[in-house]
Amino acid sequence: MWIYEKKLEYPIRVSYTNPRLAKEIITQYGGPDGELAASLRYLTQRYTMPTPQAKAVLTDIGTEELAHMEIVAALVYNLIKNATVEEIKAAGLDDYYADHDKALYFVNAAGAPWVASYIQSKGDPVTDLHEDMAAEQKARSTYEYLIRLSDDPDVTDALRFLREREIVHFQRFGETLNLVHEWMDSKKVF
Amino acid sequence: MDQRRRELLRIMELEFAAIELNLFLDTHPDEPRALADYNAVAQELMRAKTAYESRYGPILNYGQSMSQETWRWVEDPWPWEITFNR
Ligand SMILES: [Fe+2]
Repeated sequence: MWIYEKKLEYPIRVSYTNPRLAKEIITQYGGPDGELAASLRYLTQRYTMPTPQAKAVLTDIGTEELAHMEIVAALVYNLIKNATVEEIKAAGLDDYYADHDKALYFVNAAGAPWVASYIQSKGDPVTDLHEDMAAEQKARSTYEYLIRLSDDPDVTDALRFLREREIVHFQRFGETLNLVHEWMDSKKVF
Repeated sequence: MDQRRRELLRIMELEFAAIELNLFLDTHPDEPRALADYNAVAQELMRAKTAYESRYGPILNYGQSMSQETWRWVEDPWPWEITFNR
């Protein structure tokens, strides 16, 4: 069960209409290292986690990633909601506009749609937690590239928050991996 | 910043502290100080949400909050429509 909270996890600000920046940031909505992929990865891997703590960590981080997906969507929405067709064309967002108008859709920065092969669910908790740690680093890198590309300090502020969360998640997944290793060692009979 | 945004910001601050402590406790369940902080934050968060909801309607759906007099859940603005511009 999930309950919706009528608030964002972090307050967002957008200085001005900026379809070019929206086109780049949308990759964290539907791209390979984006928040949809992160959320679905953890929420589907949790079923085969062996320890109660690992199940909790994947459930909780998977849930927080949904909140991050909503922040990214809110940024994109506010960056393009007042854009004219001329501005959309000038920003190179016209291909997207042809299929989606200003609606939110799960694509990467180049317009390729989200695919399930962005994520894996392997059944081996050590393998899955390594994937999760790598995923957090990939997301951190992407946010760093987006921060370099951003020409809006208000949007950069939200991107910094999201980048910081990837670091915390990486830390928690690392601790979870250690706990799973301890659990596996405790199961060994000598 | 208007009163509504100020209250929302306070809820965001408290809930962010709760998220951080929650994730920390997931991998450190035997840390009494973190647990005490979590419970203190949870209590203050509940208070802040109740005060906000009495003015602006439910912040949670599916029976987690009550709606006084009319069904205010359906009212605008939705989260992506509230920006915190200076
Ligand atoms: Fe993350």
